[in-house]
Amino acid sequence: MAAAIALIFFYAPLDEDGLNQKIFYFHVPIAFTAYACFGWGGWKALRHLWKRDEGADLESYVAIHLGVIFGALTLVTGSIWARFRWGHWWEWKEDQLVLFLVLFLFYCAYFMLRYSLPPGPQRANMSAVYALFGVALIPVSVLAIRLSQRFIHPVAFNEHGTNMAASQFFTFCVALAAMLTLAATMYSIELAGKRLDARLRELREALQ
Amino acid sequence: MSTEGKYVAAAYLVVFVVLLAYVLIIALKLQRLAQEVAELVELAQKKQRDPERKAVAVG
Repeated sequence: MAAAIALIFFYAPLDEDGLNQKIFYFHVPIAFTAYACFGWGGWKALRHLWKRDEGADLESYVAIHLGVIFGALTLVTGSIWARFRWGHWWEWKEDQLVLFLVLFLFYCAYFMLRYSLPPGPQRANMSAVYALFGVALIPVSVLAIRLSQRFIHPVAFNEHGTNMAASQFFTFCVALAAMLTLAATMYSIELAGKRLDARLRELREALQ
Repeated sequence: MSTEGKYVAAAYLVVFVVLLAYVLIIALKLQRLAQEVAELVELAQKKQRDPERKAVAVG
């Protein structure tokens, strides 16, 4: 993460967007990480329904929880960028923004569904089915900018490759790797904490 | 600092604050788990020292 920040501020050149472009190196990797977390949550939900993997439900829940955190950061950093670039915090006519918001709210509702049911196989199954439905929204959200007729939102990647200099692309890749590593670390720590919590509960019940 | 610089600083600050809050929440949770482990160890030791006594009729 330190290397990514150093590259962003001391190596990557400024483009026509000026200093504001520095937000891109955090905003886009955070958005990609949110997609990755939702995708991983969907994969674990599928494993739960298909193979009945023990613990897949908890893994799916933790991944979606992280996806929501990264999703919220995507919306906030994007809004800060837009406020300077477009002069307002949000653009309702921009398909990609609205679809990302829909995806984010869809996964926020996942927690409402999950905690409205008592713990057990029913809750795990319902949560897994819901998480899988959300996965369908990910490609729609990613491809929305290509489907859209309006191109207010900048396009960093298109069919011809990247719309940036090699040094900018290198910095972006390092920032993306840093963000994915951070998410993987958070995932492992949160999952270990939740598993330990469950084990301790079992132990307390056995001792009392 | 320029207006542009303020927006960039705000964006990075938001990410930093959210991550810091997450780390603090996890740290508090770990503290609670450590406390719970200590309680359970104490409970297990107590059970080991003082096994259940059978009820004996007196009088």
